[in-house]
Amino acid sequence: MRAGTKLGFILLLTPLLLWLSLLIIIPHIDMFLVSIRERVDVRQYETSLANYLTFFQEPLYLRTFLRTAVMSVLATLITLLIAFPVSYYIAKIAKGRLQAVLFVLCLIPFYVSELVRTFGWMILLRETGVFSNLLQWAGLADRPVEMLYNDAAIMIGLVYTSMLFMVVPLVTTLESLDDAVVEAGYDLGGNGYSVLREIVIPHATPGIVSGSIVVFMLSLGNYLTPTMLGGKDSLWFTELIYSQFIVRFNWELGAAFGFLLLLLSSLIVWGMLRLTGQTLKETMG
Amino acid sequence: MIPTIPQPRAVRLAYGAYVLLFFLYLALPLSVVAVFAFNDSQFPSLPWEGFTWEWFFGDARPKIGVFHERPILRAIGTSAFVALCVSVLSVAVGLSNAFLFNRYEFRAKGLLYMLMLLPLVIPGIVLGISILVFSSSVANGLWEVAQYDVQALRPGLMLVILGQFSFIATIATLVISARLQKFDRSLEEAAMNLGAGRLTAVRTITIPFLMPAMIGALVVAFLMSFENFNTTLMLVGSDAPLTIAMFDRLKEGSTPLLNAVSLLLMVGSSILALTVILFQRRN
Repeated sequence: MRAGTKLGFILLLTPLLLWLSLLIIIPHIDMFLVSIRERVDVRQYETSLANYLTFFQEPLYLRTFLRTAVMSVLATLITLLIAFPVSYYIAKIAKGRLQAVLFVLCLIPFYVSELVRTFGWMILLRETGVFSNLLQWAGLADRPVEMLYNDAAIMIGLVYTSMLFMVVPLVTTLESLDDAVVEAGYDLGGNGYSVLREIVIPHATPGIVSGSIVVFMLSLGNYLTPTMLGGKDSLWFTELIYSQFIVRFNWELGAAFGFLLLLLSSLIVWGMLRLTGQTLKETMG
Repeated sequence: MIPTIPQPRAVRLAYGAYVLLFFLYLALPLSVVAVFAFNDSQFPSLPWEGFTWEWFFGDARPKIGVFHERPILRAIGTSAFVALCVSVLSVAVGLSNAFLFNRYEFRAKGLLYMLMLLPLVIPGIVLGISILVFSSSVANGLWEVAQYDVQALRPGLMLVILGQFSFIATIATLVISARLQKFDRSLEEAAMNLGAGRLTAVRTITIPFLMPAMIGALVVAFLMSFENFNTTLMLVGSDAPLTIAMFDRLKEGSTPLLNAVSLLLMVGSSILALTVILFQRRN
């Protein structure tokens, strides 16, 4: 490199390195270091795995962790099942202006704060809410029905909140599917089901993977939806992290929880990429 | 299932109905939030007590409207300030990153690119606590060495800005990189052949070409920052941005005031979002 370009290179590299090291890499290393220490006295710490042991010995922690993971996987699957036909419709069936309008209509709700979306579901689902009143008005219920504060409400909220992140990658990959290929599938004697299985889904796999990764991550790390829509027994793992940090002020245990959450989400993301033979660069970039 | 392949009428109708239902589902929560902002009642729920503007303009208890509610107005100001800082910072770093990855070949380029994508797959709450832990370590260290307490490293707006920037910078980098890849470098060379210096060529040719992407990234970053909740929750100090302030109120019980704030948010972000979408479509 010439001297001029070398200077330019260093000037461009500096912000990137500062950002990644000071805000991403070192903080996570520090969080890990905090998670493997134990307070033995005032300002006295020892390296130990005590926090991780606590996690595995306390049934509430372990159960909440697993519950959060399973429900996030479930939310991802439901989101995919709901979003796929809609994305296919937008990408392949709707044409011209309608296509553009439908796509924008999908985007708009998600420029609105998650808090507002969750608030909307609270108004709909709670005991004095719209659905409960509708049911009573229609004579299907004779007293107010509480639909909030349970796992189903959390699921509705999670699926709603993540929908965009599934629809956009699906529409993008499905749009690149050539109609002629689908026609060829039918010409060769395929029916709707076999064309879907042999042609459409394999073609859409990159979109399915990147959508699922993002939706899973967002569900796993969600705090607002489970807190507002869930009940007393539907604890989410992020709520445990929050309470250790802010309420109990036990940063060591909180950091261990945070690290476990990070580990779980990384493992699942890595696993999905491996399973479908893709890289993070192709999927996210 | 494409238009050129005939399908039974019933299948087509059922499919259309499904898509219609989906859009109703998308619109439902937002519509009820909007509608109940005008309910003349203490609670955002049925029965409908009549139409009122009080939740926007009212200035007497019990119906103090948004425009007379000091804490909410202050929270909106805080959010706007944070969002402005985050978006300007993100676009600046994003622009620098885009040039770095587009123009230079160097060792560890692949590794750095992957690290750059990483913030997208780290849960927001984990980003928040890791920055909280690290900044406290630094602040405590400084206190022990120099007996000097750095307020900026304690939970507060500075950390909120850094925390949001830590992942929004990735989005800005991706948006600007995508446009830079489409740039024809011979245009820059032509400018340099005509006597322009390298920097002048970039400033007069490349930057104007990138402008739509930079404005797009700026608006997206602004909106993402404005509505961010998870990362902010862990780093917030005494000045609460709007999402946190609304969350605290919602926990205590809701009044149509919150609907009115939400409606304003919806209108504001839709206008911004639509502007960007139309703007990018034209280019």
